[in-house]
Amino acid sequence: MKVMVDQDKCCGAGQCALIAPEVFDQRDDDGVVILLEAEPGADQHVAVREAAAVCPVGAIEVIEEA
Amino acid sequence: MSADEQVLSYPIPSDAALDPPAEWAELRGTCPVAHVTLPSGDRATLLTRYEDVKQVLADPRFTRLLTAPDAARLSDTEDGGLFSSDMAAILPDSGEEHQHWRRLVGKWFTAKRMNALRPVMARIAEDLIDDMVEGGAPGDLKASLGFPLPVYVICDMLGVPAADRDRFSYWSDTLLNLTRYTKDEVEAAQAAFFQYMSDHLAAKRAEPGEDLLSELIAVGGPEDGGLNDLQIVVTGMGLLVAGHETTANMIGKMVSMLLADRSRWEALLADPKLIRTTVEESLRLDANSGFGLPRYLKEEIEVSGEHLPKGTTVICSMAAANRDESMFEAAEVFDATRSPNQHLAFGAGAHSCLGQALARTELQVVLEVLLRKLPSLELAVPVAELERVEGLAVGGLRTVPVRW
Repeated sequence: MKVMVDQDKCCGAGQCALIAPEVFDQRDDDGVVILLEAEPGADQHVAVREAAAVCPVGAIEVIEEA
Repeated sequence: MSADEQVLSYPIPSDAALDPPAEWAELRGTCPVAHVTLPSGDRATLLTRYEDVKQVLADPRFTRLLTAPDAARLSDTEDGGLFSSDMAAILPDSGEEHQHWRRLVGKWFTAKRMNALRPVMARIAEDLIDDMVEGGAPGDLKASLGFPLPVYVICDMLGVPAADRDRFSYWSDTLLNLTRYTKDEVEAAQAAFFQYMSDHLAAKRAEPGEDLLSELIAVGGPEDGGLNDLQIVVTGMGLLVAGHETTANMIGKMVSMLLADRSRWEALLADPKLIRTTVEESLRLDANSGFGLPRYLKEEIEVSGEHLPKGTTVICSMAAANRDESMFEAAEVFDATRSPNQHLAFGAGAHSCLGQALARTELQVVLEVLLRKLPSLELAVPVAELERVEGLAVGGLRTVPVRW
């Protein structure tokens, strides 16, 4: 799995960092998303998919590898 | 039924406190773009389907500002209420300026900060529950816990004294109530609130604290990348109001939903890991979430195959959209394990609720502490006797009588 985030789009809702804190964080000075792990391990996949699905601005893209 | 044949009064009344009006499903099915009459008498267009509500809310061209001359007025006061007021226009509502404002304030609402507040919230919740228990059953969970907890938290974040909370509650109520107060009462309350916040900021300027408002002042004015004085005052007022009625009412509604069918409560007792998804499902199924979000169309759009002309005021019913069968499997069923739960309770897009991480954390902590301290909690009245607060832009229950 590969993860990409769009920091320009990000509205700082914090859902990703609440759901998958090992993969996503937020910048301290404005709440914008930080990607901690662009290729998260299998144990994170469910949480990452959920975080991407519920992002209010669709700023998280997940590419599932075959 | 075509949109032109019938004009509904909006908000649509519902007989049951926790259940949606039957009209929602009908509208989603046959009249997704409906003409409605608002409390002001003005016409607007109501959207109830998930895709439509999300499309309009997430469209960066459209905002909450109803100050255009042809925009509908929401409330029955002459000036049309909060969304039409001069105050609503002080904060940038779109584009880069809005994003700049949002990021200045957003740093206070990150997941990390909210997680750091958890122990504080838990301690407040424990104390409030102890007080309620000391008062003896039945207690009112809304007045004892649901209302004071978010108020204490937001007062602390803003550095305003919680001792003034009765005044904040009144001001907040007058700003958010669409029908209950006269224009004079609303204006007097707004003026008093504005003066209070201006004085508070002057005090913070003289003696800064470690709170959100002190730090907004410390950033400097617009030339330093900060906000002007008026914008800081309105930001403070907005956050105080938003931090009041919304989560305060949601705590009571969530607990009522869980106790109305006690198997939901028991499932949580058996497996507290369900707390997070239960909170989301409660938000999704909140049938009494209030007015919905208005949007003024600066340009024409097409929604569900219908043409909406420029100048239309649209009301997005997130609560109706959250029960759309085309989006949610078994949409009417409370499923504590639903994931992902892409509900629209906090809106969508660049304007989705700034305080959503705070609200989520408060709801989760309240539930954790209640389950731990009062596992035997139950409603002290039949569900049918729960009553809605009328007229609020944010829906709530009058009281939530419980025993334990």
